[in-house]
Amino acid sequence: MLKERNQDSMKKEILITGFGGQGIVMAGRILGQAASLEDHHESTFVQSYGPESRGGACSAQVIISNQVIHYPYISRPDILICMSQAGYEKFINTIKPDGMLLVEQDLINPRNAEVEIFSIPATRMAEESGNKMMANIIMLGFLTAVTEVVSLDAALKTVTRLVPEGTEEKNIQAFNKGWDYGRATLKGREKKAAGQTGAIS
Amino acid sequence: MKASVLTGQHYISGDVACAEGALAAGCRFFAGYPITPATEIAEHVAKRLPEVGGTFIQMEDEIAAMAAVLGASWAGKKSMTATSGPGFSLMMENIGLGICTETPCVVVNVQRTGPSTGLPTMGAQGDMMQARWGAHGHYEIIALAPSSPQEMFYLTITAFNLSETYRLPVLIMSDEIVGHMSERVTIPPFKEISTSSRPRPKGRKDRFKLYKPGPNGVAPMPSVGEGFRIHVTGLTHDEKGYPVLTAETQEEMMARITGKIRKNLGDIIQTEGYRLDDAEVVLISYGVSARTSLAAVDLARKHGVKAGLLRLITIWPFPEDPIRRLAERVKGFMTVEINMGQIHLEVQRCVGRKTPAVLVGHPGGAIISPDHVYEALKEAF
Repeated sequence: MLKERNQDSMKKEILITGFGGQGIVMAGRILGQAASLEDHHESTFVQSYGPESRGGACSAQVIISNQVIHYPYISRPDILICMSQAGYEKFINTIKPDGMLLVEQDLINPRNAEVEIFSIPATRMAEESGNKMMANIIMLGFLTAVTEVVSLDAALKTVTRLVPEGTEEKNIQAFNKGWDYGRATLKGREKKAAGQTGAIS
Repeated sequence: MKASVLTGQHYISGDVACAEGALAAGCRFFAGYPITPATEIAEHVAKRLPEVGGTFIQMEDEIAAMAAVLGASWAGKKSMTATSGPGFSLMMENIGLGICTETPCVVVNVQRTGPSTGLPTMGAQGDMMQARWGAHGHYEIIALAPSSPQEMFYLTITAFNLSETYRLPVLIMSDEIVGHMSERVTIPPFKEISTSSRPRPKGRKDRFKLYKPGPNGVAPMPSVGEGFRIHVTGLTHDEKGYPVLTAETQEEMMARITGKIRKNLGDIIQTEGYRLDDAEVVLISYGVSARTSLAAVDLARKHGVKAGLLRLITIWPFPEDPIRRLAERVKGFMTVEINMGQIHLEVQRCVGRKTPAVLVGHPGGAIISPDHVYEALKEAF
């Protein structure tokens, strides 16, 4: 007999979307594996499969929970990460009302978004550090900082384990850039919020 | 040589877990032809088999792949192939040959939507009856349905053990979703994995009879080249393996190839119950649809509906007894599967007319959501 599920469950549904070739699937795999093998949560990872993975709209779905996950697909993401406008248009209406939207700010115009938005120029930052292939890892660092769905330690360990041999150090640097940008974004918002509170009282 | 059992925790897809399960079970030969969504199995064993002293061969098509698997099994290797619907259709003739010649091997079908080329390559569970009756003639078969990457690992070992114990092709009826999704998979230490090997002949080689059954109804099996006199044919054959084209020999042979399964149902059949103790309505499902059904049971319970799930791990031979026992005490059944009612026919047959049994089916291309199952449940019961 299977164990019955505890109803008080933590469950985050994360959808990462972009073009094929941006490393969307790799980012999803790192996130899922970090949550599962390092943070010891339950997690499932499915990717969109087919011609999308060679250039069109592409997506990765990750569910992280403290309970067994029965159903690996996402219909209403808690966290939506967009690396392309096409991906944004396709999925923006699915996000939960209290969800978080993370966007690649140079590639996406988040029109009509009614949720909290976190932006980062991940591709530009990757190009400035010499390799635009690492935009996904920068986004992953940013995601780890602003959402805390995985621990920093788990994310770093998993990046090291999954990126191609010989590129570990560069990828960790890229991850840290995204993480720092995310921490700075959060601090800026805290300050702003504190300032506003001060003015009202 | 590298380790055949990668003990530890991994975050891998169902397909990769299946490949690792095969290696852990002792599989040392794979012949196949790539097809989405089963390609990752071939891709992974192509890398891993040479590391453990095994052989991977990509054949010209699935017909040849299945033939090579049978040949390798008679050469003494635990052998397998993996495919999806279109390839499964092509393999059918040689799967029949494997049944008739009592050749141990494992065939994985990571199902996608058909008929024909269908929706490449979205998931489905439409080949369940093909698994039962796809080859011509009457026979018994064993088919298993994994619901997770972890189970892809374990059931692949089970499939090899059953195929070796009962000397027949064993089918793993997976689906695109379970094959492609990644999840934590724990691979136990080598010494904790129990593996079976085909019964081996003893005694004088010149008096050996290839199909003389042992105590459990299964004949010991030598490998070619060991000196035993063997003749392997798809024609109706006697205990020596020679073609004897009479109704009496056919009756004897059929009694053996069906009897070895029918007499060992208790050893073969596996099911799993979830919240069945006080259940009034029972969902019956397997593979990815069993995951949906688990979520639907929780959803129904939250709304005060006493639902439970009987998950079929073994599909063939069909788990008749567990369903018949439940039919004596529950109000109704609901079969959940991604086809238009294949296993549902079997459920209806076992439930009989006194208890209602309804179908939540799907033509393929998507999976059934827990909400959909719950809505159907509310409407039906």
